[in-house]
Amino acid sequence: MSTDALVTERRTTDATAPTHTPVADGLAVLGRHLQRIKATPGVLILTQTMPITMLLFFGYVFGSALAVPGREYRAFLVPGLLAATAANGVMTGMFQSAQDCHRGVMDRFRTLPMSRSAVPFGQTAADVLTTAVGLVPLMLVGLAVGWRIEGGPAAAVGAFGLLLLFRFATSWVGCWLGLLIRNEEAAGQLGASTFILPLLSSAYIPTDNLPGWLRTLAEWNPISAVAAAARDLFGNAAPAADAAWPVAHPVAGTLLWSAVLLAVAVPLSVRLYSRGGE
Amino acid sequence: MTTTYAVLSEGLEKRFGDVHALRGLDLAVAEGTVCGVLGRNGAGKTTAVRVLTTLTAPDGGSARIAGHDVVREAGAVRAAIGVTGQSASVDGELSGRQNLRLFARLLKYRGEVARTRADELLERFELTDAADRPARTYSGGMRRRLDLAASLLARPQVLFLDEPTTGLDPHSRNQIWAAVRELAGRGTTVLLTTQYLEEADQLADDIVLVDSGRAAHSGSPAELKARIGSYAEVVVAHASALGPAAAVLDQLTGTEPVLDHERRTVGAVTTDPSLTLPRIVRELDAAGAAAIDASLRPPTLDEVFLRLTGRGTPIKETAA
Repeated sequence: MSTDALVTERRTTDATAPTHTPVADGLAVLGRHLQRIKATPGVLILTQTMPITMLLFFGYVFGSALAVPGREYRAFLVPGLLAATAANGVMTGMFQSAQDCHRGVMDRFRTLPMSRSAVPFGQTAADVLTTAVGLVPLMLVGLAVGWRIEGGPAAAVGAFGLLLLFRFATSWVGCWLGLLIRNEEAAGQLGASTFILPLLSSAYIPTDNLPGWLRTLAEWNPISAVAAAARDLFGNAAPAADAAWPVAHPVAGTLLWSAVLLAVAVPLSVRLYSRGGE
Repeated sequence: MTTTYAVLSEGLEKRFGDVHALRGLDLAVAEGTVCGVLGRNGAGKTTAVRVLTTLTAPDGGSARIAGHDVVREAGAVRAAIGVTGQSASVDGELSGRQNLRLFARLLKYRGEVARTRADELLERFELTDAADRPARTYSGGMRRRLDLAASLLARPQVLFLDEPTTGLDPHSRNQIWAAVRELAGRGTTVLLTTQYLEEADQLADDIVLVDSGRAAHSGSPAELKARIGSYAEVVVAHASALGPAAAVLDQLTGTEPVLDHERRTVGAVTTDPSLTLPRIVRELDAAGAAAIDASLRPPTLDEVFLRLTGRGTPIKETAA
């Protein structure tokens, strides 16, 4: 046993960097989340399988019963599922930060002389990276069942970027909720119930035929703007002019919704992280 | 020579709703010493550690760690401390090595240095063989050693150990104790909380008894033991011998013996350090009290609190 491992002179000379290095700290936390995914790949595969299953289930079972003007239902459904997947950041973010609180990892971070924004930033950034990879299988299956990218490569890249931006925003919202809940099981339960959110939007169904108040509610759901933006940019369907503003102007709507969610969730998360949920 | 205090708190207050966890806690831990904060479950030990390690903001009072205020200079406090215990843990999905490298990076060790530092500590805590397994597969003792290793990465000036050996087997406990002794021997200030009188006695230079969120007593282990004494207990073969045995203990200890007719035992507290077990046995024999077992042992934590605070075990506590 070497005794010098415990106490010698404090820190080595190249380890005297200043305490506030948010980017380096954030990258270290991001690396941690990517290592976690590598350690438990089953979780990632499971989250990939869900929207694909829904695509096949909704696409073939409900698709035959639904009439979507001008387009085949599956081509309508794929951008909706992409938007719903982007909204899932609420669920994953909430579970992750609640688990870290519950298991004491969050408190370990909080005792370290590191940036106060690094933990939520690293967590949400890692979530965006995994989503970027995770959207690909869904798009490939979508292409196989009749969905097409018809808006040109630049617009397609734009759509992909918007989806990831929205995922980033919802992931921060989830991060904040998890820090608030602090309990792994409770976050899991609540997370499971977030599947309702895309049901109340234009992700799976066109909103035109909904009764007036329900249509308004669904169109002001941020997921509707994201789904409409994806349909618009992938060239699957033009935005409905008579819809609510965020859906009629879906790209601007998505940008605005994301900005609003981030403007609220980022400071709340950082503050809650710093205070430890008090 | 003036004493420098690595931990100094005055009148710390903390409430959680109706629960008054800290009621004016004063602590003073001199630099380079080991302070054992001894208390039962719910005494406020963990809350005290959380406030001192910047995890929880106090509602009142103040505390300085290595000269830095825990509220206003939280960053400087964090740079000076290591924390292990109930509240600060590692990531179970990552391996021991990945955990230590992550925390080393967050402590501003760069690349190669972070890796070397992680490996050094894995070796020091005999975790090298398990280094690449997920931490969730570790035994309780290994997990606690990894926690301790993580809190020592930065070679902290002040180390906080919140019930470091609760639930550990004797071998793992001894490993933790050895590490604490080594750190203390090399000048690290250690504040450890424990429910075990023996642990505080073994490791601490000073013991602070915490009860209901305040320091009920503090002093060296020797002072504490002199004050609380030992407990002499005799088991007799027949109930008829209880009376004579009680008379012997009464005479030897000067305190009123407690009789348990069901277990046929009689016990009494003594603060006389010259009283030995052979003398008790001889006196019992001379008095014709047929003892089948006799012991002279340190009192349990409950007996200590009963002696010092006049209150017995309040409620059956849940496990830590």
